[in-house]
Amino acid sequence: MNSAELLQFVASGLQNGAVYALVALGFTLVYASTGIINFAQGEFFMLGGMLAVAGVRAGLPLPFAALASVVLTASIGLLFERVALRPRRDSGPTVLIIITIGGSMVMKSLARHAFGPNELSLPPFSPGVPIVFAGASIDRQVLWIWGLTIVAVVALTFLYSKTKLGRAMRACSLSHDAARLMGIDTARVVMISFGLAAALGALGGVAVAPLTQTAFDVGSRAGLKGFAAAILGGLGNPIAAVVGGLVLGLLESLSVAFISSTYKDAISLVVLLAVLFLRPQGLLGKSRREKV
Amino acid sequence: MPDPVLQVRDLEAGYGHVSVLRGVSLDVAAGEIVTIIGSNGAGKSTLMKAITGFLHLTGGTVTLDGRAITGTAPEKLVRRGLALVPEGRMLFGPMSVAENLALGAHTRTSATEIAQDLERVQALFPVLAERAAQPAATLSGGEQQMLAIGRALMSRPHVLLLDEPSLGLAPKVIADIFGVLDGLRAEGLGILLVEQDANLALKHADRGYVMRTGHVVLTGTAEELANNDDVRLIYLGAWHGNE
Ligand SMILES: Nc1ncnc2c1ncn2[C@@H]1O[C@H](COP(=O)(O)OP(=O)(O)O)[C@@H](O)[C@H]1O
Ligand SMILES: [Mg+2]
Repeated sequence: MNSAELLQFVASGLQNGAVYALVALGFTLVYASTGIINFAQGEFFMLGGMLAVAGVRAGLPLPFAALASVVLTASIGLLFERVALRPRRDSGPTVLIIITIGGSMVMKSLARHAFGPNELSLPPFSPGVPIVFAGASIDRQVLWIWGLTIVAVVALTFLYSKTKLGRAMRACSLSHDAARLMGIDTARVVMISFGLAAALGALGGVAVAPLTQTAFDVGSRAGLKGFAAAILGGLGNPIAAVVGGLVLGLLESLSVAFISSTYKDAISLVVLLAVLFLRPQGLLGKSRREKV
Repeated sequence: MPDPVLQVRDLEAGYGHVSVLRGVSLDVAAGEIVTIIGSNGAGKSTLMKAITGFLHLTGGTVTLDGRAITGTAPEKLVRRGLALVPEGRMLFGPMSVAENLALGAHTRTSATEIAQDLERVQALFPVLAERAAQPAATLSGGEQQMLAIGRALMSRPHVLLLDEPSLGLAPKVIADIFGVLDGLRAEGLGILLVEQDANLALKHADRGYVMRTGHVVLTGTAEELANNDDVRLIYLGAWHGNE
């Protein structure tokens, strides 16, 4: 394999990796504020792509359809928390996690009814021939994926470290009771986390749809990849989720390059199991959360 | 006694089906330190959690500044002027001292006032200024207690509740912290102080309540309690010779 081919695999790994990172960020945000895994996260990815396609079909210009899809999916995320999860928040994590699984099934079947069973495609954001770089050819949409991921990560990092809301979110991730003692409305923080998680998943779904097509059932696979990436990163902070996503994307792509494309989808399962057995705190996680 | 800022009447609360508080009544006025003494398991921390809205109340009322706050959620009580320094401090360990203090001011909006209060808290506890950038978890026990109190003060409370602030601390640090509490009282803050160390509590308090198995069994001025035979025997360790 020459260096141009290798670069091609790396680019493809980073393309998928960026999308996994966005989905993983959603898992991380919800986990931080609630301590639960939201198994509906993949459906937000699906809704992102599907609603954007629906918007374009309804005659909206593409940028507007994409933006509207992210905003609408974020609202669905907020609503899902408020209607399905909050009433049962005292029932413990197991019940809440099962509700997210149920929610994922509902979203998937509603999407099938609304948009039909077929694959749909979204036009590329910037039409044109791929860009050739050092012998590797990179689709223009991939640059959009990277750009949007970077913008999302920077915005999220700013929110987390520099704003009052972000500080309240970090306080909630450490202790809900202590946060409430400070006057923080923890229920609101949890709801906002779901909204942000949904927006990030949707962004991934919108950004990748022009390359891969989309359908009512793409959420499960995206959810699994994003979950594996989040676990790989250690479910700790936004940066960890991004590292987890990129590493997973690269591992997949290199497995295609050096082993066979047959095993590409198995990589995330292998990674998931390996991390859970060997390093449950993830690549960047501390071995135990510090508490006073 | 002046009008109480905090008034608790016949409070009943517990955990699930286990009732712990069986009708507790007490008052705290502005500018006084009121202490609750009682042995381990008497229900002192439960009372703190019940007043601050963390427990479901099965009976009784709580009034703050003349307004009923019975059943109000903890996050709303902070805005009404009630702050708690909880048992075990509950600091945000990985977050810096400065961020912990900023979180204490979460409900406030005026940046100028927050900056003034930060200065005041740092004047009370200079170590909090020195260690502003350090994660709270890296502070010593005494410094952590100072941070917990400072954080509570950042909400500008009318009533400050403290649950065993002296626990596990060295005498020098305890003296510093109680010196600050004396000063806050002089500024007009109402303080409800839970302590297992009755000697210490009665030295600083104006009045006190003695709790046993979810009841108030005795109340009086600090002096009356310190001279009460039962209190001396059970809580002040009089059989070792009084200090
Ligand atoms: N979270 C809890 N769940 C059930 N019972 C509790 C809980 N916390 C305290 N208790 C019980 O309530 C009683 C009073 O405890 P507590 O208020 O912590 O006492 P104190 O602070 O005076 O030492 C004890 O019998 C204790 O076992
Ligand atoms: Mg206690």
